[in-house]
Amino acid sequence: MTNIAPPVADPAVSLRGVHKAFGKATVLEGLDLTVARGTIVALLGPNGAGKTTTVNILSTLLAPDSGTAAVNGFDVARQAEQVKASISVTGQSAAVDEVLTGEENLRMMGRLSGLSGRQARRRAAELLDRFDLRAAGRKRVKTWSGGMRRKLDIAISLLRTPPVIFLDEPTTGLDTRSRQELWAMIRRLAGDGTTVVLTTQYLEEADVLADRVAVIDHGRVVAEGTPAELKARVGGEVLALHDANGAVVREVPTDGTVAGLRRALAVVGDDALDGVSLRAPSLDDVFLAVTESRTAASDTEHQKEIA
Amino acid sequence: MTTTLPVTTGLAAPRVRLRPLTEEAVFIRRSVIHSLRTPDQLMMAIALPTILMLMFTWVFGGAIEADGSYVDYVVPGIILLCAGYGAASTAVDVAHDMTAGIIDRFRTMPMRASAVVTGHVVASLLRNLVATAVVVGVGIAVGFRPHADLGEWIGVAGLVALYILVITFLFAAIGLAASSPDAANGYGFILMFLPYVSSAFVPVDTMPSWLRWVAEHQPLTPIIETIRGLLLDTGIHGADGWWALGWCALILAAGIVWSGWLFRRKAGRR
Repeated sequence: MTNIAPPVADPAVSLRGVHKAFGKATVLEGLDLTVARGTIVALLGPNGAGKTTTVNILSTLLAPDSGTAAVNGFDVARQAEQVKASISVTGQSAAVDEVLTGEENLRMMGRLSGLSGRQARRRAAELLDRFDLRAAGRKRVKTWSGGMRRKLDIAISLLRTPPVIFLDEPTTGLDTRSRQELWAMIRRLAGDGTTVVLTTQYLEEADVLADRVAVIDHGRVVAEGTPAELKARVGGEVLALHDANGAVVREVPTDGTVAGLRRALAVVGDDALDGVSLRAPSLDDVFLAVTESRTAASDTEHQKEIA
Repeated sequence: MTTTLPVTTGLAAPRVRLRPLTEEAVFIRRSVIHSLRTPDQLMMAIALPTILMLMFTWVFGGAIEADGSYVDYVVPGIILLCAGYGAASTAVDVAHDMTAGIIDRFRTMPMRASAVVTGHVVASLLRNLVATAVVVGVGIAVGFRPHADLGEWIGVAGLVALYILVITFLFAAIGLAASSPDAANGYGFILMFLPYVSSAFVPVDTMPSWLRWVAEHQPLTPIIETIRGLLLDTGIHGADGWWALGWCALILAAGIVWSGWLFRRKAGRR
């Protein structure tokens, strides 16, 4: 096999015009995405947008109907074994053995990843320590909490350090502290050159963790860029109106100009409100703006079809 | 490796080279640990055939053969029944693995995921050999008097092991075909009835002629007759021994091919 090519020639992940349907339900409609090496990319999108399907295609679990997908320069359809050797995956459903202990899980997966018995044992101990699971390490996973299983699941993915790691909603079900720890760990991985592709429903997670964010909706990438770029796209400050308790009762986006602010205030009128503030746009605003406009657009299309 | 595909320009995939049979060793270990940690599985595999044996020898035995010699007749049948009961849980174990998230992890790792089935099969073989030994022991305690010499005992052990392997592969395939562990349990039940329509419990010439034809020609009868002939040192009738081996080899091959095909279909990419 020829592996003499320059190491930076290919992106870590590339998807070109990927389509995927399950029966009549179309999940991906020509998805395009490129992920540069050593970066953290968050796939963001509502439920059913196609995030998990995208990860499953990239991790060789699903075959695309059309289009091409490559990981670490290897085509997922034709070079599946090389792709598998280039990745580790933590899926959404817990992929741990409940009858075994946490330590046994790690050792088993370590052996299956090509570590020797001794290496697997050492690595298992390290990871149990790092994920704060040592006390429970010799107990059967059946008795563990959901958050602990999640951590074990992620720890298994870190047994080796492959070029690309896929994490499908990694922090769902984790408490705040574990989430922060995992974020730190992901940053460290990326710092060492590993590419991390994660899906998330938490905009905050994408905001603080990801170098780039790809918003996926209806099986397509509808917006892509750094969190700052995406926020800049929605425009200027958001006018927030508060009630007597300080809770936000309404938000009106502005274009960031004085005239825009005046228009926003005019919309609000003289409602009996107790406070007004301005805040910078968040990824939530981006998310709603991109996904809403598309929903509106497809609704109009739909109405045209009916008419 | 020669390839007509475009030459890859990626980073070299990290070499993940497992030593031969690593997957098998790891998955056999896993399944054996599973068996040891679910002792009710082993208990059922021993308890049910034992209860049946006691039923047949003490409750029905007097009516079937009043002189008490029925125990000698029935133990070989019970041995096969025992193997069937114990192997049935393989269907559930395999179905459980195939419907849980863990199979997806195995499929994304650079190794032979199908070895997970081999693990369950080998664990079932070990589990059922232990169960069979216990059942034979109980049989001797209630009056079973085998007349086999060492060679015949080895023959019995070999044939019983082969039969367990055969039936376990069938159950593994059923587990792969089933959509859930519960369904696997249900389908597996069908195989449990085979020993009753054979010479396991009563000689086939006591059956109505059509059923007798089925019983005489189904695979279990020559297997049971061979085991009976070896244990009681009465010799093997005609070609029963060859029929037994032939049936086992045929069904084993079918089970391996069928489960391999099902695994590729289930765990392949869609």
